[in-house]
Amino acid sequence: MGRLSGPLADPSGDAGYADRPERVGFFTDTSVCIGCKACEVACKEWNALPAEDDVLTGMSYDNTGQLGASTYRHVAFVERTVDLGMPGLAGDGGDATEVRWLMSSDVCKHCTHAACLDVCPTGSLIRTEHGTVLVQEDICNGCGYCIPACPYGVIDQRPGDGRAFKCTMCQDRLGVGLQPACATACPTESIRFGPLDELRAEADERLAALHDRGVDDARLYGHDAGDGVGGAGAFFLLLDEPEVYGLPPDPVVTTRDLPSMWRHAAAAALAVAGAVAAAFVGRTSR
Amino acid sequence: MSPKRERLMVPEAEFSSYYGRPILKAPVWKVPDVPAYLYLGGLAGVSASLAALADATGRPELRRTGRVAAAAGATASVGFLVHDLGRPERFLHMLRVLKPTSPLSVGSWILAPFGALAGAAAASEVTGIAAGPGRLAGAAAGLLGPALTTYTAVLIADTAVPGWHEAHRELPFVFAGSAMAAGGGVGLLARDGGPARRVAVAGAALELAASAVVERRDRLSARAYRTGRAGAALRVARAATAAGGLAAAAGALTRGRSRALLDGAAALLLNAGSVATRYGVFEAGMATARDPAYTVVPQRARLNARDEGQPATRTGPTSASRSSARSRTES
Repeated sequence: MGRLSGPLADPSGDAGYADRPERVGFFTDTSVCIGCKACEVACKEWNALPAEDDVLTGMSYDNTGQLGASTYRHVAFVERTVDLGMPGLAGDGGDATEVRWLMSSDVCKHCTHAACLDVCPTGSLIRTEHGTVLVQEDICNGCGYCIPACPYGVIDQRPGDGRAFKCTMCQDRLGVGLQPACATACPTESIRFGPLDELRAEADERLAALHDRGVDDARLYGHDAGDGVGGAGAFFLLLDEPEVYGLPPDPVVTTRDLPSMWRHAAAAALAVAGAVAAAFVGRTSR
Repeated sequence: MSPKRERLMVPEAEFSSYYGRPILKAPVWKVPDVPAYLYLGGLAGVSASLAALADATGRPELRRTGRVAAAAGATASVGFLVHDLGRPERFLHMLRVLKPTSPLSVGSWILAPFGALAGAAAASEVTGIAAGPGRLAGAAAGLLGPALTTYTAVLIADTAVPGWHEAHRELPFVFAGSAMAAGGGVGLLARDGGPARRVAVAGAALELAASAVVERRDRLSARAYRTGRAGAALRVARAATAAGGLAAAAGALTRGRSRALLDGAAALLLNAGSVATRYGVFEAGMATARDPAYTVVPQRARLNARDEGQPATRTGPTSASRSSARSRTES
């Protein structure tokens, strides 16, 4: 066990890998996402994930709804009518409006400090040699602790199976030098895969370019090694607040506060011990 | 989903969300399994400590009551825990590793030896066989008991669930009080259970005080402890615990049949209060996991405060994007 929060340059080294490849990750640039869902399909196919119940959500083109035990990529769709700030065409009498799309392919963040991994009591969740976070399904006993521990609501229990599942970053493909299925399938390179350091540099350049072009709403999410999870292994360029996409605005790994929790629990346990012992001191009525 | 049907639990809090969907995945932990596991662990822990000291001070009935309650509570607690697993046959995987970062791992390593020791002490008590080893086992279980009463608070607080995580300083004391009230309450059933009376009354007082603090803290998630199913359960808990504590205290002033009646009522009320407290805390957390407001509003406020503290390096949200996101989730 290394440190519980804050910047950490080398998670797989911290986990004890002596000989290890570079830490890899995803940079999902939502400004070029076209909402084709090729990532969702490629992920389902490669990982042989079971179908979810068909539901019409009414949430724009998103009938996937959320990440889950059988959905490791989820494309969010937000359609919004915006005022173009120009006079309308003759006849319609009003200002011109148009639908502005926000589309973003969400995925497990593969946190530098991953709460799911920290709280897993069986050792099923591990840090891989690539610096990613992986569930070993032959170990998982379905205790469900990782599920509420995740500050992003990523990992979930598969009904009928009982175990917890999430994105593996295609561990099997990484092992033979391939890219994850989603990044391979993405036609616009909205999903980029590579060494995390390189992706972070690319993201900084992309953000600066967008700001130069007047796209003031562009912002990076999860790229900062000083954030509440020590930086995400999968980070994003977003065009609105994270919560608009269903992402927590300022997530913190819960185990950051674990030392304080154990201190308070120890104090409370000592209070119990003291109170019970004190109850036997002196005369009692019977 | 129809916007008309969507009712936010915290209507005064303005925030954006993705179609009002929760950010977190709510725990898959079931009722009654997990609330029962929390309650029984507390009951067993305090009962074991009472039994150990009763043994040392020559109170055979309290020792017997405590040993049996500790063993029964620990066994049932383990049963509920195993039943709640997605793969119950893999329960022993809990003991594959000992991970200090996982309160459930640490807890399993407290509960497993506790259960074995408390079971041995109770077996010796009931059969009369091997009184010496039984005494040692009982003493060891009594030492582990207090840890058993509070680790479960860390277990639920060490999650992203706002109602639990934000209460991580107070919950161990809520659980400690709840455990003392329950264990002390059962101890009242022994005719030489004088010390149990003190433990029961002190536990009821601690449970009431610590719960009141959790419910009144100046944070959004405190609201979940006052409203809905959790609020109702905690109101029942408060009434039962207060009445049980008073009955236990009043029992000291009476004798004979009326004392037995008061003590029986106190035992029942304190344990009902303890159960209701655990269930209420459980439901409060669930409510804060299901409603994105509890996740987004405090995080957004924290972020905005941080951004105001230093020159903004990235573009903040425009008021237009905020209000249109708002209208998407609520209009």
